Amino acid sequence: MSYLLEGVRRLGSVMLFLVQLLIQCVPALARPRLLVLQIYNAGARSLIIIMLSGLFVGMVLGLQGYDLLQRFGSEEALGTAAALGLLRELAPVITALLFAGRAGTALTSEIGLMRATDQLTAMEIMAVDPLRYVAAPRFLGGVIAMPLLTAIFSVIGLYGAQLIGVQLMGVDRGVFWSQTQGSVDLHDVNEGLVKSLVFGIACSLIAVHEGYHAEPTAEGVGLATTRTVVASSVVTLLLDYVLTAEFL
Amino acid sequence: MRANRTLEIGTGLFVLLGFAALLFLTTQLPASGLKLGGAKAGYHVTAEFDNVGDLKVGSPVTMSGVRLGEVTAIRFDPQDYKAVVGMRIDPQYRQIPDDSFASIQTQGLLGGKYIGLSPGGSDSFLKDGSRIDQTQSAIVLESLINKFFANYTSKGGGDSQGSAGDTQAKTESKK
Repeated sequence: MSYLLEGVRRLGSVMLFLVQLLIQCVPALARPRLLVLQIYNAGARSLIIIMLSGLFVGMVLGLQGYDLLQRFGSEEALGTAAALGLLRELAPVITALLFAGRAGTALTSEIGLMRATDQLTAMEIMAVDPLRYVAAPRFLGGVIAMPLLTAIFSVIGLYGAQLIGVQLMGVDRGVFWSQTQGSVDLHDVNEGLVKSLVFGIACSLIAVHEGYHAEPTAEGVGLATTRTVVASSVVTLLLDYVLTAEFL
Repeated sequence: MRANRTLEIGTGLFVLLGFAALLFLTTQLPASGLKLGGAKAGYHVTAEFDNVGDLKVGSPVTMSGVRLGEVTAIRFDPQDYKAVVGMRIDPQYRQIPDDSFASIQTQGLLGGKYIGLSPGGSDSFLKDGSRIDQTQSAIVLESLINKFFANYTSKGGGDSQGSAGDTQAKTESKK
């Protein structure tokens, strides 16, 4: 029972935090330099891991898709399968999971350490709102970075699938692309975009919230970081189901 | 100041890359989008078909199962109500007889359509801008089934019932 209550309390705390953050996001936009720094931290520094993962996910998709489709003699549909799989599901979800592990943990431990070393309290004493100067730019940076990272993941993944399907397995290049273009719709691109935006909001919110409310001890910061990864991953997969059901 | 500059350049590059990827996904991937990409080498020939089925731009053009080129354009000729298919043949295949026969075929049972060329006996070869005269349209599965049923009913069940569908099938088989 007390676990249940604790869960409800945490949910409420996250939601209240979201409202406070959103209010502070508007004045935070007036400080673009802080925002640029956070986009750099969350986005540009995640590029390598996103691109590498995207390439390999696409290549695996190419291999598995080819093996499955050639049993039905329709390996030309490989491009379709890879593009739809990447755009709709794999790119947003895997990017969000990687983002939680790469950028989310960094956010939580950074803010958590600020809390543990009383930097946030010091800011409050100086009448500087830490929500506005610390939390909001980090949140916004994550929200902006996620759709861009997802788009990059999709493109690289598609290239990886093409690499395997066309170069290695000998699916015709023209057929691969024309089948892909024939079946991919703006609607599918949209689905991926909306998903990545929602995941970006969820993952950034969880990361910033956990850091902001971390227990101000070394152990507390560690626990908060772990919770960020676990909560972000579970919430991402849960939201993914809801959004998929919404879009189909 | 120096560190600030690299940070801004890094962020700018990331955002540019992200938007380039978005642009690619929204314009290049859906068939309705713009098409970029330079023209490839080779020569172009055309052929008229009664029905191209779901042949698409980019579908392969083959002879004896080997890819020779690809379909570059499909448009409708309002004069004689036929589909005109433009093809690009790779430059190394210069010696295709100009009375070759083009037919639209299917890869596998449910696969995409492609154009199969069968060589003719002429001594002159296809060149840029020439037209393939002998063509065979895509086989539409539904019309094939229709034809089969028409034959079947007019032969087997002809005297059982004089239904409307039956008489229609008979008149069709007479033609």
